[in-house]
Amino acid sequence: MEKTVNQRAWLLVLPVFLLVAFSAVIPLMTVVNYSVQDTFGNNKFFWAGLEWFSELLHSERLWSAFGRQIAFSAIILALEVPLGVFVALNMPKKGIWASVCLVLMALPLLIPWNVVGTIWQIFSRVDIGLLGHTLAAMGIDYNYTRDPLAAWTTLVVMDVWHWTSLIALLSYAGLQSIPQAYYQAAKIDQASRLDVFRFIELPKMQGVLMIAILIRFMDSFMIYTEPFVITGGGPGNSTTFLSIDLVKMALGQFDLGPAAAFSLMYFLVVMLVSWVFYTVMTNMEKADTFHG
Amino acid sequence: MGWMAWTLPTATFFMVIGALLVLMTVLAMRYPETPRIGILHIETTRGDRLFISLLGSAFICMAWLGLVAASLWWALIVCLIYAGAVFRWV
Repeated sequence: MEKTVNQRAWLLVLPVFLLVAFSAVIPLMTVVNYSVQDTFGNNKFFWAGLEWFSELLHSERLWSAFGRQIAFSAIILALEVPLGVFVALNMPKKGIWASVCLVLMALPLLIPWNVVGTIWQIFSRVDIGLLGHTLAAMGIDYNYTRDPLAAWTTLVVMDVWHWTSLIALLSYAGLQSIPQAYYQAAKIDQASRLDVFRFIELPKMQGVLMIAILIRFMDSFMIYTEPFVITGGGPGNSTTFLSIDLVKMALGQFDLGPAAAFSLMYFLVVMLVSWVFYTVMTNMEKADTFHG
Repeated sequence: MGWMAWTLPTATFFMVIGALLVLMTVLAMRYPETPRIGILHIETTRGDRLFISLLGSAFICMAWLGLVAASLWWALIVCLIYAGAVFRWV
């Protein structure tokens, strides 16, 4: 007989449900309400229907911010994931150096976003920053307030500096959980270093790597503080990512209706990606329990 | 509640979703089910299929607003067909 799913235990989740209702569901409902109305302040609202949604869906501004956001997430993932795995593979497996490495790797993760932004803002300045000044002395024209390429480079390098350790630490944990027997078997079969990586280490790291990629994608997709501190979305609009644009719209221009519609579309994309990753991850776990 | 700026359409929207959730809960308690694997090759329960239907419908409506000029009521029909397909085959 097949086991049936009993959903009654969900009732025990009620207290959490109430908490989430106040911290997430009610605010989200309010955003939905705002998104179909217009306001001139004073808590007075006028029905606008789906105007904001269709206006935004046809706006150059939203799509270019979306494009920049996707590009940013793709670039940092393409850099951080291979680099993180590479670092994890080369970290000492045990002894005092393993601990030293772990602590050193964890350090950037402990620094708050706005501080990271400030560090890199100063570090990259041409007049007083070590990086900017050195590059200028070498004859390279590097000015993140004027040149979009320099602004992007600064943001990407900063994110890689801040978050590669997370990928490295998760991959390291994945690597540590591989039993020695696998390596011994590989040695008996005279597997090359590449084969060991391809057929033992990578498949065993798959689970944690998926989590790492999910976390990094979400975080980079919602990045706000660092670009706000370093470039403020500029030069021009070149580093105006989705959240920066959203805040400009909601707080800068106080266009609550369009900003609410924007948030909802942003939320939908985040939800879709989360669901895909969650499904892939849970299915991977199930496949794992089947095949060992 | 005044600060939440409720409107009749948004209230209806949330009541429909709330009613669907209650219905799903009652169904799950009355008729427990086994998860099944459909065309997406993932295990789904009725609740999963409802979630996929709702999320997909949101995207269908957005695409309709962005690409098609016709009334959004037609998109709702597309959404219902889509939801039916999800419940039948996913």
